[in-house]
Amino acid sequence: MSIQSISHPKLRLEVLSAEDVRRIHTATLDLIETVGVKMPSARAQEIVASHGGKVDVASGIVRIPGAVVEQALAKAPHGYTLAGRDPALDLPMDGQHCHLGTDGCGVEVIDPATGSRHRSTLADVRDAARVADSLDAIAFHWTPISAQDRPPESRSLHELLAIWSVSHKHVQTESIVTDREARVAVEMAAALAGGREALRRRPILSIMQCTLPPLAQDGGSLDAGLVAAEAGLPVGYMTMTSCASTGPATLAGTLTVGNAEVVSALALMQMAFPGAPVFYAAAQTAMDLRSGAYTGGGPEDFLFGAATNVLADFYNVPLSMGAFATGAKEPGWQSAVENALSSFMAVSTWSDMLLGAGMLHGSRILSYEMMLLDAEIWSILCAMSRGITVDDETLALEAIREVGPGGNFLAHRHTKKHMRELWRPTYFDRRPFSEWETKRDGAVSWANAKAREILATHNPERLAPAEREELGRMIAAVERS
Amino acid sequence: MEDLFDAMRNSIVEGEPEEAERLAREALTRGVDPMEAMSRGFLPGVNQVGEGFGCGDLFLPDLVRAGAAMKAAVRVLEPEMTRRGTAREVSGRVVLGTIKGDIHEIGKTLVGTLLTANGFEVYDLGVDVAPELFIQKAQEVGADLIGVSALLTTTMAGQRLVVEAADKAGLRPKVGVMVGGAPVTKEWAAEIGADGFSEDAAGAVALAKRLMDRA
Repeated sequence: MSIQSISHPKLRLEVLSAEDVRRIHTATLDLIETVGVKMPSARAQEIVASHGGKVDVASGIVRIPGAVVEQALAKAPHGYTLAGRDPALDLPMDGQHCHLGTDGCGVEVIDPATGSRHRSTLADVRDAARVADSLDAIAFHWTPISAQDRPPESRSLHELLAIWSVSHKHVQTESIVTDREARVAVEMAAALAGGREALRRRPILSIMQCTLPPLAQDGGSLDAGLVAAEAGLPVGYMTMTSCASTGPATLAGTLTVGNAEVVSALALMQMAFPGAPVFYAAAQTAMDLRSGAYTGGGPEDFLFGAATNVLADFYNVPLSMGAFATGAKEPGWQSAVENALSSFMAVSTWSDMLLGAGMLHGSRILSYEMMLLDAEIWSILCAMSRGITVDDETLALEAIREVGPGGNFLAHRHTKKHMRELWRPTYFDRRPFSEWETKRDGAVSWANAKAREILATHNPERLAPAEREELGRMIAAVERS
Repeated sequence: MEDLFDAMRNSIVEGEPEEAERLAREALTRGVDPMEAMSRGFLPGVNQVGEGFGCGDLFLPDLVRAGAAMKAAVRVLEPEMTRRGTAREVSGRVVLGTIKGDIHEIGKTLVGTLLTANGFEVYDLGVDVAPELFIQKAQEVGADLIGVSALLTTTMAGQRLVVEAADKAGLRPKVGVMVGGAPVTKEWAAEIGADGFSEDAAGAVALAKRLMDRA
């Protein structure tokens, strides 16, 4: 088992200048200080008040001086590791790697055997984790679909257990949104990691929370984030601000509103637990002007995908960026355009984590075919990120001299030595036309066959019976109370 | 007078609530029948925006702004209409809210605005609303429809409780229950026995009209 992440990418794209970033930062601090951010959590409000922020108890809005925000953010660690349960699967958050994860949190799954949609269950969470576990492209798990056959108060914990049952890869959740669930999740992770201190050293779980744009947080998400930060689990806050609805119609305005949400939440974590590992998370978009819907794909999303890591770099924290997760209803032209461009843009500024593999219809429907096709897009990005190396060996002057005018390189030893560095497709159709004409199959049908094969054969058992029992008891305790 | 009606129509099309309010007051000062101000001034504006949206020239923000302008005009004209005993025709009464445990507001508010702009009387209970509150309010105002929004897969289950509570209170089938929100699907709506579901705000208005016709 290995992970194919992008390491030291050579691509570079300038989407925001240093002056642009400075203006967005200044505007962000201005918003947090003068307009404020709604933080409906007693614990959060106390922390803000004790650090010199103003709390309006009636509205739940806190206003924090810019200098206080900056001082708090300065305490965030610049790098750390998202641990796998197997150290070979560790993911460095050092600004030099891009890692791909699945996505969440959908409500339906397309069954690869029948092609029909059904409401997602715990069994689907386990299946999705098995497929993600089998793919080198997938570096870490999210809970891609909701275990809707489990009670709401313990659902996120069942999902965690299902993923850990089949995979040693790092898990990041977005569905642990109360103080209570977070405490049990920490307890479960500690049990697997070998205690609280071991978990702090090697966090096998990271916690992501969504903000509530514009300029608000969910109280439970703040409480859950604080519990995780206290335990040393990396905590991120994701803005999903949408141009023209939850953010201004202009991209700079929407970036700024989202930035204020994320920055205020990360600053809160640092005020409470200085030095706690935190990350920036984002999946901004533009509202569909006709329906008002969250679109999940389009030029604005792609620009946000590149711009957000520039902001995260400015704050010197890792970024978990929404990419892939096409708005298309099935794998095809739209999904290919959206997922290729969104992931490319996020990689071009070296976003640490990319989310979204395997989802359709704006993260609502899980498709195994899509997950495999997304993994292929990822492999293209990996190849592109290696860039072009120019040295004596790659200039290949000696080989060129030997072949000379009119010859070819097919049989040259230099070719044999380097040909495997060239990208090879799994789902691109490079066959002769006549073969396609006879068979009329292609990427989606091949991905379907592969998905069915993985589901039939990749059935790892990654928990000892005692571990499974212990974690099960912790979940049961939540359900009894 | 035609100038005044033109200006009224325009205030809706441009979506300027302050202008609409000012024109409504001016109409009352000049002794214009408020029903006439509606039918010859403001409503043609609403129709124009509806048509513009229908053919793709206008967008959702145009509808929302027009809705806000219409609301401002109605607020001024309504007391005078009541005084004259010529209350405007209401398309239907709708109780709206986001379900308990969920504080996501925008989708529900958008539906409320568009319903209001389309002549519905909307009672918006806000967010984090317990199922029984939907029922109480519906009984209190004699609602025709109840709209329940949920954004989270964990809170979505509450929509079923509203349907059940409506049944228990004997409100259905007279009162229709509509559900919506990102995770809500047509299959979910059918399973919980809701009377309808829409994936977007414009669709919710069409659904509300359909449910009213059904009655």
